[in-house]
Amino acid sequence: MPAVSKGDGMRGLAVFISDIRNCKSKEAEIKRINKELANIRSKFKGDKALDGYSKKKYVCKLLFIFLLGHDIDFGHMEAVNLLSSNKYTEKQIGYLFISVLVNSNSDLIRLINNAIKNDLASRNPTFMNLALHCIANVGSREMAEAFASEIPNILVAGDTMDSVKQSAALCLLRLNRTSPDLVPMGEWTARVVHLLNDQHLGVVTAATSLITTLAQKSPDDFKTSVSLAVARLSRIVTSASIDLQDYTYYFVAAPWLSVKLLRLLQCYPPPEDAALRSRLTECLETILNKAQEPPKSKKVQHSNAKNAVLFEAISLIIHHDSEPTLLVRACNQLGQFLQHRETNLRYLALESMCTLASSEFSHEAVKTHMETVISALKTERDVSVRQRAVDLLYAMCDRSNAKQIVAEMLSYLETADYSIREEIVLKVAILAEKYAVDYTWYVDTILNLIRIAGDYVSEEVWYRVIQIVINRDDVQGYAAKTVFEALQAPACHENLVKVGGYILGEFGNLIAGDSRSSPLVQFNLLHSKFHLCSVPTRALLLSAYIKFINLFPEVKATIQDVLRSDSQLRNADVELQQRAVEYLRLSSIASTDILATVLEEMPPFPERESSILAKLKKKKGPGNLPDMDDAKRNVNGSTEHSEKNEGSTYPLTDLLNLNSTPSAGPSLLVDVFSDSSSPASVDVSEENFLRWVDQVPALKILPIKKKMEVLVINLNCVLVNFRFVCKNNGVIYENQLLQIGLKSEYRQNLGRMYVFYGNKTSTQFLNFSSSVTSQNTLKTHILSTAVDPVIEGGAQVQQILNIECVSDFTDAPVLNIQFRYGGALQNIAVKLPVMLNKFFQPTEMTSQDFFQRWKQLGAPQQEVQKIFKAKHPMDTDVIKAKILGFGVALLDGVDPNSENFVGAGVIHTKNSQVGCLLRLEPNAQAQMYRLTLRTSRDSVSQRLCDLLSEQF
Amino acid sequence: SLWIRFILIQNRAGKTRLAKWYMQFDDDEKQKLIEEVHAVVTVRDAKHTNFVEFRNFKIIYRRYAGLYFCICVDVTDNNLAYLEGIHNFVEVLNEYFHNVCELDLVFNFYKVYTVVDEMFLAGEIRETSQTKVLKQLLMLQSLE
Repeated sequence: MPAVSKGDGMRGLAVFISDIRNCKSKEAEIKRINKELANIRSKFKGDKALDGYSKKKYVCKLLFIFLLGHDIDFGHMEAVNLLSSNKYTEKQIGYLFISVLVNSNSDLIRLINNAIKNDLASRNPTFMNLALHCIANVGSREMAEAFASEIPNILVAGDTMDSVKQSAALCLLRLNRTSPDLVPMGEWTARVVHLLNDQHLGVVTAATSLITTLAQKSPDDFKTSVSLAVARLSRIVTSASIDLQDYTYYFVAAPWLSVKLLRLLQCYPPPEDAALRSRLTECLETILNKAQEPPKSKKVQHSNAKNAVLFEAISLIIHHDSEPTLLVRACNQLGQFLQHRETNLRYLALESMCTLASSEFSHEAVKTHMETVISALKTERDVSVRQRAVDLLYAMCDRSNAKQIVAEMLSYLETADYSIREEIVLKVAILAEKYAVDYTWYVDTILNLIRIAGDYVSEEVWYRVIQIVINRDDVQGYAAKTVFEALQAPACHENLVKVGGYILGEFGNLIAGDSRSSPLVQFNLLHSKFHLCSVPTRALLLSAYIKFINLFPEVKATIQDVLRSDSQLRNADVELQQRAVEYLRLSSIASTDILATVLEEMPPFPERESSILAKLKKKKGPGNLPDMDDAKRNVNGSTEHSEKNEGSTYPLTDLLNLNSTPSAGPSLLVDVFSDSSSPASVDVSEENFLRWVDQVPALKILPIKKKMEVLVINLNCVLVNFRFVCKNNGVIYENQLLQIGLKSEYRQNLGRMYVFYGNKTSTQFLNFSSSVTSQNTLKTHILSTAVDPVIEGGAQVQQILNIECVSDFTDAPVLNIQFRYGGALQNIAVKLPVMLNKFFQPTEMTSQDFFQRWKQLGAPQQEVQKIFKAKHPMDTDVIKAKILGFGVALLDGVDPNSENFVGAGVIHTKNSQVGCLLRLEPNAQAQMYRLTLRTSRDSVSQRLCDLLSEQF
Repeated sequence: SLWIRFILIQNRAGKTRLAKWYMQFDDDEKQKLIEEVHAVVTVRDAKHTNFVEFRNFKIIYRRYAGLYFCICVDVTDNNLAYLEGIHNFVEVLNEYFHNVCELDLVFNFYKVYTVVDEMFLAGEIRETSQTKVLKQLLMLQSLE
């Protein structure tokens, strides 16, 4: 027991901890804990007043028990009492207990805040720090309300001790994150910037964090920090290592502070002032030079600290993207790291080079490292390093090297880790399409993908190959021949059967002249796979067969025999049975002309951006760099991406009627939403439903009737959600039993939603419960109040949801409701209309400001544009109302063309604020709109564009 | 904005020796995070990097004997700065507890929080000078 041997206080605590450690079983531990809890309870309840030491000891034991994972329901009062002790150790335990076990709606908040207030006013730096740390750790709204205005005074007061300043700066930072509306900007902001000049580097370190966070939210207010940060950085990087004594870490001068200063500078564009700019360039050159010097120590700590600064400097160089020399030097430095013996460095170099690949100045320099990166793919032992190598190959790919890179990725795919196969498949599919000069190469590549990694080839990928083949008549014959050959393999992947079935059904005639692939041979080949396939594939094959009947009258009888067989006409699967019946009937009664019209070749699909890209983005999640280069590649002139559109392939699903339809009935909603079991796909499917219906008039094969009804119902549920993009109140769900209404209000990054549940029947709902699940709890927090388990007939009850937006998000939370009606358990899941745009605050600005910012947000990844057809009449007032409802300010007289609409606003999340500009250009003649969004974050631009474009 | 979401110290068996949270999680979520971190970190060996992708974030970790020190930060944050941030913290613990071992962290858990708060606050690096931190800790020790 080291603690005891070191002669610390609280012997009883050490004994208790030892006892717990000696317990042989969980039961024994619980027994020992219960004994202790009973003991402490009796001490706290006893007549004799406890002295401070005992109180401290027992509170500390309770804390230990809590940290073991047991609930603690008493002792809070005693902990609060400790706060007003004059002894540091007692106070410390009190504050620790409060910080760890805090409960914001506790009755004790007032007492706690009172104690904090006294300590802040005590002028005792130790006590002040304890109080500030407690506020920084808890960061609750109540504390922000009580102290947010006081802390700036402590921070900038002349007589505040350095260590208290450090705590005050970070305490203020925490409150700014949790309750930005309560932290007032004021004359202190100017004085905070000057802390960058402070003598004490610890104060500078803390202040830099605070300034960086504030500068991200309001860059203009902290502009002066740029010159101070450059000056400070310059002094650090040029100092002899002994100058900064305490802050030198393994011969590196103030590495963490340097990193933070370089971060701060990344909130701003390159300085305009020439002298300042050249001073900064000198700093960056010095840092790059140091990387070339022999190390001052062999210790890894030395090289890590030095490289931490180097990588941050490279980030800044990439951020500025304006100094070709620095960019190329950075690239060469990273190139050296690619072969370093430290895995960490190789990994970071690959990662950092990915962003360099998207700069027009360094793209070519990055490409020179292709062979090294390819060999990393083959030799690296850590899968995450190989993953970065794949990312980098993807980022450096252009027309000049596409064939080699795609070939390397394909060969890597044969042995790649399961965890990254799907992503590689998507990347290969995108590159193959993007850089195909000759589409036979594209078709070969995709068929190879299916052969090597068929299980990882998602629908988007094989839909896309079909879409491209249909749209390009120069490749159709080749595609038919190639799939025909591929299907000869005795074991081929089901995805190949799907592609093969579809393509031969459309273009089998192009190879039917050859006796080796005559209609009958083609049919027999396809049908030989039939029985090994799943239901959706068989359904597709049946459609291919009816298409054959039209293409090749000579096999009509053979195919009719197949359709007529018991295994089809009486198939247990309704879908297959229905197809067999309908197709057989169609082929028997329709005249050749009608048949030819109904089964005519598919018309070309509208040219749209690949949905694969969207899929890849979803897979990678936000903030991931490799995707950004897609747009950026425009700079290099190698491809032309204009609009990003999802779900473009869905007409196919429809025509072939592949999607198994959710069963109809009262539980329909549940089915629809449970369909989206993979969280990332939720929004895609929302759009898909819409598109699906858009495309209905194009139907050439006649399936579905009863499915149409289902479709329409689905659509209602889904549309509900889009209806709420621009409004906050209304009924979101209704069936025969239940009506759910909403009222919501949003302020900055917080929202409150009142949910009303109305029982439409005259019978009680029993065991009523509702909960909210959100796909990503790190991005949105939702707290809900409890609802009474019984809702009387005809009654309405209310639930309140408190919502906090932590960072930008896509997935809407789902409200799950369960109750018993009559004997039956009802389950309902409704997507709540909590969307990113709800956290908008409108921003008014002048025409000049608008265009200046518009220009600043000019990087390709910051802009998302969509061109789409009007779904509603193009009424100016309605459009205005919708844009206002979306949350931005509508700026009049800003756009030179008065037909256009422009808007501006700021999305508030807990982590950051994202400024956003939008422009909507209607074209009444064409009944089309062009919507352009520019924000500083690509994921935000994309999401807002998706949401708003559905409104017109 | 970039900041530490949480700091965890766990042993190989998955027992938590310190958990410091810099954003709000409810207790169930915390437990889930602790288990997930343990699962991703303990399967890695010396040939691997000290970084792991984790949900939308990443974990920077370093192993000392049987203890894993893990810091969860934004994906775009500076890996090496936190990697050395961990080591700096461990050197302070080592000095403060005179050759620190896992048991020191168990029996003095309430002091470890003080050390953390001196060096990291509100998810940010507060003080990096070992000399300054240790001087402050000794001063506090003398108040006992």
